[in-house]
Amino acid sequence: MSQQETFLKIQNLFKKFGDFTALQDVSLEVYEGEFVCFLGPSGCGKTTLLRAIAGLDIQTSGHIEQDGRDISALPPSERDFGIVFQSYALFPNLTILKNVSYGLENVKMPKAAIDARVTELLELVGLNDQGIKYPAQLSGGQQQRVALARAMAMSPGLLLLDEPLSALDARVRVHLRHEIKDLQRTLGVTTIMVTHDQEEALTMADRIVVMNDGVIEQIGTPEEIYSNPASAFVADFIGTMNFIPGKVSGTGSVLVGGASLNCKTDGFKEGDSVVVAIRPEDVNAQDMNEGDENIIELDVKYLEFLGSFYRADLGGDVLSGHELYADFSVNLVRRKNIEIGSKLPVRFPAQFIQLYSES
Amino acid sequence: MTDTVSTTITTSPAAPIRPTLSRDDIIMRLSMGAIAIFLIFAIILPLYTMLSKSFENKAGDFIGLQNFAEYFSTPALFLSIFNSLEISIIATFIVLITAFIYGYALTRSCIPLKRFFRLVSLVPLLTPSLLGGISLVYWFGNQGVAKGLLMGEKIYGPIGITIGSSYWVFPHVLMIVITALSITDARLYEAAESLRTSKLKTFFTVTLPGCKYGLISAGFVAFTLIFTDFGVPKVIGGNYNMLATDIYKQVIGQQNFQMGAVVSVVLLIPAIIAFTVDRIVQRKQVALLSARAVPYTPKSDMMRDTVLFLFCLIVAIIILGMVGMAQYAALVKFWPYNLTLTLDNYNFDVMDGGGWDAYYNSIRMGLYTAFFGTIVIFFGAYLVEKGRGFGAGRTALHMIAIIPLAVPGMVLGLAYIFFFNNPANPFNFIYGTMAILVLASVTHFYTVSHLTAVTALKQMDPEFESVSQSLKTPFYKTFSRVTVPVCMPAIFDVSIYLFMNAMTTVSAVVFIYASDTTLASIAVLNMDDAGDIAPAAAMALMIAYTCLAARGIHAVITWQLHKKTQAWRAR
Repeated sequence: MSQQETFLKIQNLFKKFGDFTALQDVSLEVYEGEFVCFLGPSGCGKTTLLRAIAGLDIQTSGHIEQDGRDISALPPSERDFGIVFQSYALFPNLTILKNVSYGLENVKMPKAAIDARVTELLELVGLNDQGIKYPAQLSGGQQQRVALARAMAMSPGLLLLDEPLSALDARVRVHLRHEIKDLQRTLGVTTIMVTHDQEEALTMADRIVVMNDGVIEQIGTPEEIYSNPASAFVADFIGTMNFIPGKVSGTGSVLVGGASLNCKTDGFKEGDSVVVAIRPEDVNAQDMNEGDENIIELDVKYLEFLGSFYRADLGGDVLSGHELYADFSVNLVRRKNIEIGSKLPVRFPAQFIQLYSES
Repeated sequence: MTDTVSTTITTSPAAPIRPTLSRDDIIMRLSMGAIAIFLIFAIILPLYTMLSKSFENKAGDFIGLQNFAEYFSTPALFLSIFNSLEISIIATFIVLITAFIYGYALTRSCIPLKRFFRLVSLVPLLTPSLLGGISLVYWFGNQGVAKGLLMGEKIYGPIGITIGSSYWVFPHVLMIVITALSITDARLYEAAESLRTSKLKTFFTVTLPGCKYGLISAGFVAFTLIFTDFGVPKVIGGNYNMLATDIYKQVIGQQNFQMGAVVSVVLLIPAIIAFTVDRIVQRKQVALLSARAVPYTPKSDMMRDTVLFLFCLIVAIIILGMVGMAQYAALVKFWPYNLTLTLDNYNFDVMDGGGWDAYYNSIRMGLYTAFFGTIVIFFGAYLVEKGRGFGAGRTALHMIAIIPLAVPGMVLGLAYIFFFNNPANPFNFIYGTMAILVLASVTHFYTVSHLTAVTALKQMDPEFESVSQSLKTPFYKTFSRVTVPVCMPAIFDVSIYLFMNAMTTVSAVVFIYASDTTLASIAVLNMDDAGDIAPAAAMALMIAYTCLAARGIHAVITWQLHKKTQAWRAR
């Protein structure tokens, strides 16, 4: 992915609904051909941002440039995008063919060219034999693909997807994820998808924009976001994260209950109250050597079987009442004979510990 | 617009963005403006003119409250207020209790012939309210067949008005009651039963509270309809004065338009109060509904079902008796002396009232009202519900569209005289034509049609409009290709509603028809006035049969449409 040409440039976007600020100073760049996900809980402003980009609800202030053109104030019909909604919004009284050709018929294309384009699009989404059916006669997943074909009909430079998979059941969703991603890669169209599903964002996006309360919390690749969450919010929202209050006890060390842990303390000074965060899968219970740093012996309070792994609830006096989760493979639990009530030395690798300021 | 390739953003980032309007936006806003102007000219300005007339003397000078002072110092006039209130309250209770038991039988019991009872209950909707009065004359009038039942009392007056009003308001109230009784949660009854609650206690603790708001709403609707009705008291009221007949007497009898306006204001105030309270109550009803409610299925109960069946039977017989007597009387040579059957009474052309032309005028008026009314109302509702921009303006449009429901037909008609008969009005030319009748009918029945259309539009995906914008398709194209076809059933419902009401209304048109645009319902009124009661009954029933036929056609079209669109409506 070397094409770092900026395609969409969003600068200082504000959106206010009366007293409520839905978007606060949002700036962002999307590169040509990139797949970007806006991720966040409901009400975080991700859909508002998408609708501003589409021109469906134009921002209160701030600018949007697409492909070098200032589109900030333009109505949707003068912008260049295709959109798929969560509800698909397929016209129920028109056949699949008519749905897909809906926009084409309006630009005075010759009939034969329209037909060819529609056939091509339906082939692309694997529905070439369904053209004469009505939307209600198709499954949810098929309807989704029709919506995608319709959005791509006018070969837009930008594809906007507003929670496109939320209305589908889990199995279809996983399948369609791949399909949408493949399609996007084949067509090379710059794509923005809004979702509240972190798994969807992690698996599909080239870059993720995590939003909360109308501001961008972090922008980065899925790996960056997962392993280096920029804020406690991102850490908490994506994946599972243990949070334990602690105190910085010096450069490179932090005090959690009665235990001292070594970790990076950049940006904090001695005596700062912090939140110490580590992911359950990063808590290590094997390959420990005498003298390794950050080893604490904890009690197994509870073991929850989750199929491919166990989630252990660890606690002990040393944590002064706080508990944390650790994920252990089935194999490990069996080998080490871990059970409720057993005492277990675990290691907290310094590079996986994150500190956040107490808020 | 095409050369906006400027990459340099000169304005400061905090400067608010002023969205550029597309051609589509401009057309949409112009359409909204057009609908707004229509509603202002059809509702707001006439009502305003009427209100101001009540503060003017005959010469048109402002005289403050002098007219009102005169009104309240004339017992013959202001006593009507008490008459109207008394009759309305009594009749409201009668019809509410009857409709509740009838509706309860239809929704919560296992009586046979439910479909029949439901159909019969709708019969009063087919005729002008005048018919109830006419029929009562034949039953209990001076030469009535069942006169003895009144034990010396006269039907002309409060008794007749109460019975006649209860008769024609019955279906309106019943529909609300049935809706209220239908929205219940079976789980509440299961819970009551499992707690060993007695049936009587269950009725008072579950059933009644559950439909409380519906009953209150039905009560207000009944009250308003009876309070503002003109047809029943006109025919059967005798010398008993009611507000609605007072307006008629002031305007038609004494040509005292200012006093007519004063009475209109007096009539309008309780109607508006009732209307406002009703809307507040209805809002509460919605909050009561839970999406997970389980529908209630009645279990049979011999005792209860028998009693309810007999009750329904009696009500149905009364309703059919009213229509049946009118039809019989219409076919009789000379009531009550010569009972040989004849079609003489259908020879309308030899009577006062406009003859068969009036009937054909009514059909034309009904069709125009249905056609133009549906177009304007549906398009207006679309702009209110799916329009872009003018947010506050759209809310205002919606509120204006609600007003006509609170305005009695006579008040609207009188307002139209004041407004359109003014030579300075650019629309003065529609005065005395078919156009003003159609306009009055569309306006008078605007609210219910508007709400039906809005409900249908609300069920459509709000993103259809967004999608068509993204596909660069103008809104009117999506409106005609998607919105209208999908809403076709609601559109047909609105048009049949408008047609039937235009056919049967008297009050909205009684002041504004001209000699060459007289209508069937007006003919009923005038023939009755002239003493030609049998022809009046005959004409009233012609209206009923026409409405019935229209309903039939509507049913066939709806069924055909359903068959044709089944492919895409299938779920």
